[in-house]
Amino acid sequence: MKLARGPATWVAVVTVLVVGVATWLLWPSAPSVRAQDQRIAVLDGPQDDQQVTLDASFFPPAGGGRAPAVLLAHGFGGSKQSVRDAAVRLAQEGYAVLTWSARGFGRSTGQIALNSPDYEVKDVRQLVDWMARRPEVQLDAAGDPRLGIAGGSYGGAIALMAAAHDSRIDAIVPQVTWHDLADALFPNATGQGPQNGVFKRMWAGLFFSRGGPAPEAGVAAALGGAARPTRSAPPLNAQEVRCGRFLPAICDMYQQVAETGRPTQSAVETLRRSSPISVPGKIRIPTLLLQGQRDSLFPLGQADANARAIAATGVPVGVAWFDGGHDGGNGEVDWLHEQTLGWFDRHLKKTTGGETVNSPFTVTRDGGRDPGTRRPVQLHATSGGYPGLSGTGQTSVPLGGPEQKVANPPGGSPASISAVPGFGGLTSGVGNLNVSVDMAGQSADFDSAPLTAPLQVTGSSTVKVRVRSEPGAASGAGGEKAGPGEVTLFAKLYDVAGDTQAPILPEGLAAPVRIALPEGGAGEATVSLPAIDHRFDAGHRLRVTFTTTDLGYSTPVTPAVYTVGLAAPAVTVPTDTTLRAPSTGPAWWIWALPLASVVVAAALVLSGRRRRRDDHDPDLDAVPLRINGLTKAYSNGELAVNDLSFTVEHGQVLGLLGPNGAGKTTTMRMLMGLIHPDAGEIRIFGHRIVPGAPVLSRLGSFVEGPGFLPHMSGRANLELYWKATGRPTQDAHFAEALEIAGLGGALERAVRTYSQGMRQRLAIAQAMLGLPDLLVLDEPANGLDPPQIREMRKVLIAYAARGRTVIVSSHLLAEVEQTCSHVVVMHRGRLITAGPVSDLLSGRTAANGSGTRLEDVFLDLIGENA
Amino acid sequence: MNGTHGPGTALAGSPASTGSPGDGSAPGYLAGRTLPLMVEVVRQFKRRRTLVMFGLLLALPWILVIAFKVGAGSGQPGNTLRISDLATEGGLNFAAFALSVSASFLLVVAVALFCGDTVASEASWSSLRYLLAAPIPRDRLLRQKLIVAMGYSAAAVICLPLMALLAGTLAFGWNDVRVPGTGETIAALEVLPRFGVVILYALISQFVVAALAFLLSAGTDSPLGAVGGAVGLVIVSSILQAVEALGSLREFLPTFWNTAWLDALAPQPDYSGMLKGVAVSVTYSAILIAFAFRRFRRKDVVS
Repeated sequence: MKLARGPATWVAVVTVLVVGVATWLLWPSAPSVRAQDQRIAVLDGPQDDQQVTLDASFFPPAGGGRAPAVLLAHGFGGSKQSVRDAAVRLAQEGYAVLTWSARGFGRSTGQIALNSPDYEVKDVRQLVDWMARRPEVQLDAAGDPRLGIAGGSYGGAIALMAAAHDSRIDAIVPQVTWHDLADALFPNATGQGPQNGVFKRMWAGLFFSRGGPAPEAGVAAALGGAARPTRSAPPLNAQEVRCGRFLPAICDMYQQVAETGRPTQSAVETLRRSSPISVPGKIRIPTLLLQGQRDSLFPLGQADANARAIAATGVPVGVAWFDGGHDGGNGEVDWLHEQTLGWFDRHLKKTTGGETVNSPFTVTRDGGRDPGTRRPVQLHATSGGYPGLSGTGQTSVPLGGPEQKVANPPGGSPASISAVPGFGGLTSGVGNLNVSVDMAGQSADFDSAPLTAPLQVTGSSTVKVRVRSEPGAASGAGGEKAGPGEVTLFAKLYDVAGDTQAPILPEGLAAPVRIALPEGGAGEATVSLPAIDHRFDAGHRLRVTFTTTDLGYSTPVTPAVYTVGLAAPAVTVPTDTTLRAPSTGPAWWIWALPLASVVVAAALVLSGRRRRRDDHDPDLDAVPLRINGLTKAYSNGELAVNDLSFTVEHGQVLGLLGPNGAGKTTTMRMLMGLIHPDAGEIRIFGHRIVPGAPVLSRLGSFVEGPGFLPHMSGRANLELYWKATGRPTQDAHFAEALEIAGLGGALERAVRTYSQGMRQRLAIAQAMLGLPDLLVLDEPANGLDPPQIREMRKVLIAYAARGRTVIVSSHLLAEVEQTCSHVVVMHRGRLITAGPVSDLLSGRTAANGSGTRLEDVFLDLIGENA
Repeated sequence: MNGTHGPGTALAGSPASTGSPGDGSAPGYLAGRTLPLMVEVVRQFKRRRTLVMFGLLLALPWILVIAFKVGAGSGQPGNTLRISDLATEGGLNFAAFALSVSASFLLVVAVALFCGDTVASEASWSSLRYLLAAPIPRDRLLRQKLIVAMGYSAAAVICLPLMALLAGTLAFGWNDVRVPGTGETIAALEVLPRFGVVILYALISQFVVAALAFLLSAGTDSPLGAVGGAVGLVIVSSILQAVEALGSLREFLPTFWNTAWLDALAPQPDYSGMLKGVAVSVTYSAILIAFAFRRFRRKDVVS
């Protein structure tokens, strides 16, 4: 009955939910940030005489007032639009942010000078001047804004270079960038420097092509070029086609080295002028270096060199190796934002206290899979100090393997593959996609024994290799680059799980080496393998592989054969035992939640428990039924039963009469303990009726139709019902009950096949199981034919004659008149009259002066007898 | 009403003596003996939906075997080995596959059916009121029905992977387990106890569905409503857990950890996700079941 309040409650709940969600959605979650487009004119060049207009966007701090400033630089081939989202996020956090398209990019004028101190660095210095004049920017001194620079790749390098040349900059966060561009493009893992390095052909090509003409058009289109379709670009001249927006000097340098695959001294110098390596000791501000683990362009070693150079000046340096880089990976955009923000909060806003989000050294590791989406998740291991690529400790893992012959194929093709530059996006969605392929006959493998314990390698392993040129095989006269006295090899560290699985090349990294070979003798070198953070599981092997080719690099075209062996039969791997992942132990709530819920559940169950005290009035032991003041309201407040009181004595057959809606059925339901009365009480043999009161076992009932399991036979229904009462089988008196049902062979059929009358008879039989002392039957004659009704009448009278009591509700007044000794008449929930049938009839006879029927009396009583 | 016998003979005997036990009950009546478990088991077992559901669960592995045999060789494994690519590797692989495809929906429906139908169907047949007037105390009725429904649910969750193990072993042999993703191999005997853990976990992770279905069952006359409501919750929860923006809140969704059992079949089993899943499952189900008891106790039975 309480449920009937339901609709209103539900409407209220849904309304509150909808309003709540709508409010939450519409609530200004973060202050909106509006970009102001700016054209900033700067002067640069060696003589400060070249005018360049930079296309910039200024984002005022969301909080208003004067705030620390952040310059956000974009990567190569990008523009100020590429960092717009990051700028908005920083501005919302209360920074005055300036983004700009570097000279030669986007809608800025000028040519690309590769972060040269004469060009891009001077531009940034004037952007700092510009920021110092903004009323939104906090100043340390006149003309000296509180300012940080962040950016990735090309933008990370400008942050470093500007920091070296402008002392007004207070903190920087360079990402995935270089320390020595010459070393990045001409790496040599023997440590002999870029002069002798192997040309990173594919990456260099992609890098320089992105400054070419095509990206310009692309960016123009992205910036709304479609809105001005009439401004068709003039045909490009030869110089433009050749060099795009590069400064001719840079372009010439690239063309020369790309052709030969060998760096000239001037090329190395040019590249180094654009690199932090040229400004040792000049970066003296807090620096957070975010470097990607999947980066074959600017590998972790570049960040390591930056970290060492800057830390040498004594300023705080943070290093993080995240899951990303130029070769793809997750990218961890949100985490990088958190780290950047944390660094600037600490060093620009100078917020103290609270947890610092930055650690001196953070490594992103595989955190398994998200259980909800089954996608890979990251966890971040941190350490209190950055140990460099050699780790906090080294382990020597013995390697085995004979000297092996490897061939350099003519023309350097087919080439082995470690990573495919520029296609990082393809692999980013797939966790550990292994594209690594070593061509047969081109590689020498040296395996360790299966590991007895897991080995977490953090840094750059080293291995000593010895190479001999096979006489005769090498045809000498190297075409353009294979010096006769040297060999180019690519060293890789594989994780070999077993025979069932392809070996994994962690992060797809290879270390190129160029080793000088004395005439007729063997060349030896200590090779630094790629810096990685990788866990070699127990049972796995380490495998060091040397190949003669790699798709990403320029390799000699001359065919040759070499013998490769280990100079020392071991690989030295760095480990960092101080790195700690955030506790992945059982979360506190694993124990707390179930315990709390069990406590709450117990409280819910126990507090709702009605008192189980048996309310017994011994004076009424012999009174089958006494109802006193019984009241029950419908949910709308209308009274179904209103202050009803009557008593049924031993041996009576009581007729309960009343028109539809008089409250007869509700009373019977309360009698069975199915409905809780609002007021008053019912006592059966002196025991008050509550749900499940034991005295109900002396009550047999049939109310509002039969209730059987339709899939079972009539007999099974009765037997199971009796078993459900838990009483002894012999007390059931099945035979008698079944005789009353009179179903014959139908008893073995499923109840769902029964007619209405058959179910009715079976239900009455069920009510009589155990021969209860009080039998309550609601409309028992429904669906019975006249002979059956007559039989029923006899049964009931006989039942009561044995000292039991029967209560029958019925509409068939003639039937009641013949069956019942007493009647109770109800109307609209109230008791109208109660007493023996004969009294009722005789009283009326006297008043009326003629013989009367119960029907007339009844209609009289309920006021319908007009 | 049988004309051959008079009413007198039919109703021989005298009323039970009024000297019944102190609580006024009929002789032989003890509240603690009402609705024995076996009676409830029999009452539920002969139902058509029970038999159909078990038939389906037991037949599904064989249907899958036939499907794999018919379609053999037509599927090209991609870059990563999915659990379905490895189903034909052996009995254990096949059982893991059968569990993975059925746990998210079929077993949910089975559990929701057994637990959601149990009280609501009695209400819809009207037999509930006669059981309560027998009288079976309401708490006891609910408790016995809960135990039996849970028992049927457990049988459903257990019989499917066991039958799949049998079918898979007969069809594909008793081989070592190959792990999805990396394709590593683990010895069959090493995995067998873990497989027990997996089945147990699959069972526990269905507790929430069972408890919710049971709560709805105790509150409605419509068996379909109770079953559908519980299945609906699982669907909503599965949708929500795909929203990664919810962050760690998702860990407390009732279905979030349902696939955590896959971690137990990895070369290095990781039980932390399963522990969390058990914690979340127990938390929800304890409270839901408590609400079921509280609600049923106070309810006016009008069906």
